[in-house]
Amino acid sequence: MTTVFQKPHALTDAPLHYCPGCTHGIVHRLVAEALDELGIAGKTVGIAPVGCAVMAYNYFSCDMVEAAHGRAPAVATGIKRAIPDNIVFTYQGDGDLASIGTAEIVHAAARRENITVVFINNAIYGMTGGQMAPTSLPGQVTQTSPYGRDVKTVGYPVKVCEMLAQVDGAAYLERVAVNSVKHVKAAKKAILKAFQNQLDGKGFSLVEVLSSCPTNWGMTPQKALAWIESDMIPYYPLGVYKDITKEAD
Amino acid sequence: MADKVLMKGNEAIAEAAIQAGCRFYFGYPITPQTEIAAYMAKRMPKIGGTFLQAESELAAINMLYGASAAGKRAMTSSSSPGISLKTEGISYIAGCDLPALIVNVQRGGPGLGGIQPSQSDYFQATRGGGHGDYHLIVLAPSSVQEMADLTIKGFDLADQYRMPVMIFADGTMGQMMEPVSLDAGGVQQYDKPWAVTGTGMKRPHNIVNSLVLDPAELEQQNFDRFARYEKIAEQEPMWESYRMEDADYCVVAYGIASRVSKNAINEARKQGVKVGMIRPITLWPFPKAALSAAAEQVRHFLCVEMSMGQMIEDVELSIRCNKPVSLCKRVGGMIPSPADVLSAIASITKGGN
Repeated sequence: MTTVFQKPHALTDAPLHYCPGCTHGIVHRLVAEALDELGIAGKTVGIAPVGCAVMAYNYFSCDMVEAAHGRAPAVATGIKRAIPDNIVFTYQGDGDLASIGTAEIVHAAARRENITVVFINNAIYGMTGGQMAPTSLPGQVTQTSPYGRDVKTVGYPVKVCEMLAQVDGAAYLERVAVNSVKHVKAAKKAILKAFQNQLDGKGFSLVEVLSSCPTNWGMTPQKALAWIESDMIPYYPLGVYKDITKEAD
Repeated sequence: MADKVLMKGNEAIAEAAIQAGCRFYFGYPITPQTEIAAYMAKRMPKIGGTFLQAESELAAINMLYGASAAGKRAMTSSSSPGISLKTEGISYIAGCDLPALIVNVQRGGPGLGGIQPSQSDYFQATRGGGHGDYHLIVLAPSSVQEMADLTIKGFDLADQYRMPVMIFADGTMGQMMEPVSLDAGGVQQYDKPWAVTGTGMKRPHNIVNSLVLDPAELEQQNFDRFARYEKIAEQEPMWESYRMEDADYCVVAYGIASRVSKNAINEARKQGVKVGMIRPITLWPFPKAALSAAAEQVRHFLCVEMSMGQMIEDVELSIRCNKPVSLCKRVGGMIPSPADVLSAIASITKGGN
């Protein structure tokens, strides 16, 4: 019998704790597929954040470290400097990376740390029950913006790829989404490239993944995917924001 | 014995760390410990090591966390306000049972305080400092030679017990120059099967983590960690007894305050006062047994501290308040003079405070 579809080896058998319809599962799978396809799971160390993916250390079968809130890029720096022949990635949400951890992500990029960052942007704090995130859209209703995000009082969302594109040390920045088969395929390609860049020593690579949070958005899974298309992508356009890897050849 | 060289205390820590096999230093500039970073910046690239100036103290301690998780000997150094910023990471390091060496060259506080020497971070260091139940092993050098020796010992203790160790110095210890002989005598190797170095597809994955959502499991983990601490409290206390053989009075002081106290004790002895000193070298674990033994012998204790009175609580606890304990203090970057200590000794011999 020919196997046509199976769970990636880089994922464990632990049941995921994510809510029904959450796209973390898809992104976990894409990362694991990349580790399998590149044959690097045995030499990879992943860093889980504080946030919904806090327990990602149970799901990836490579060595894992759990970091304090926002500090994953600093922890990744310490590991990569200590064991430079290994592959090191962080998996971070928007509160973690774009709020409490902005200094760490900017400076990891500025230092040209040769690491891979998978950045989940679902425009909300999921684990704590749906508070306004640095990436929540103008007008978006959350637990801490019950009348909608008012840019006059709380300011504007942080556009991570656009911001990091200004940092000379960043090698590769791409924004993708996982709300359709077409977009998932493009996301896979980007994540694979972000790991390949590290293997090739090309420096800091980050893939921002527009993701859904049906539970805290108060939507059905299907409607949440549609909201990515209708509301998130217009504010956070998909595409490559920086790619110096060709010049580096 | 290696030849003696004249070095600053901060430089002695840096060179001793290198001799102890430390090849990863993560720091952030702050006075009065910057010589450690400067020394590492010069030396590390020449010996295949890493010197990294982090974007903040928060980042530096988390880089140390990462390098230590990967099984390497690594360190960071800072001074009081910077150590406050690092305590979040220190709590995580303790919670993950990782070895790490952290140097605090203290300055006066609170807040931004000053840049002159102080010992006012005693509670922070000896009680853990961050959130949760945990300890650091706290080593208090009182000479440039001890800055070096305790750094080497600190790396061994950290690896042996899988916990953070703090070198607890002050601005004077960091800045002063003394002859020092550096001879680590070979680096001891420790097995680190828990390190994240890649599974090689040959073993189950290692996880370095301090999140434990099951309260019964988290309680057990705390119990297990404190069982280890109990063993350390039995086996590792270090102290120096100075002129205690026939002493009627006992000074308790560490670091630069103990150096000043020695002068005062020698002067008091000339005047016929039988006074000695117990100098704790480990502040955690505190040398309780030495203090309670002294309480059988002496009439009165005198703590000499550069804080408003922090170690004095450990002295009183150690002797179960069986004898009076007085305090001679200077704070804010002021150092007690031998005359200050001598007059405090004179006061207790007259039955005063």
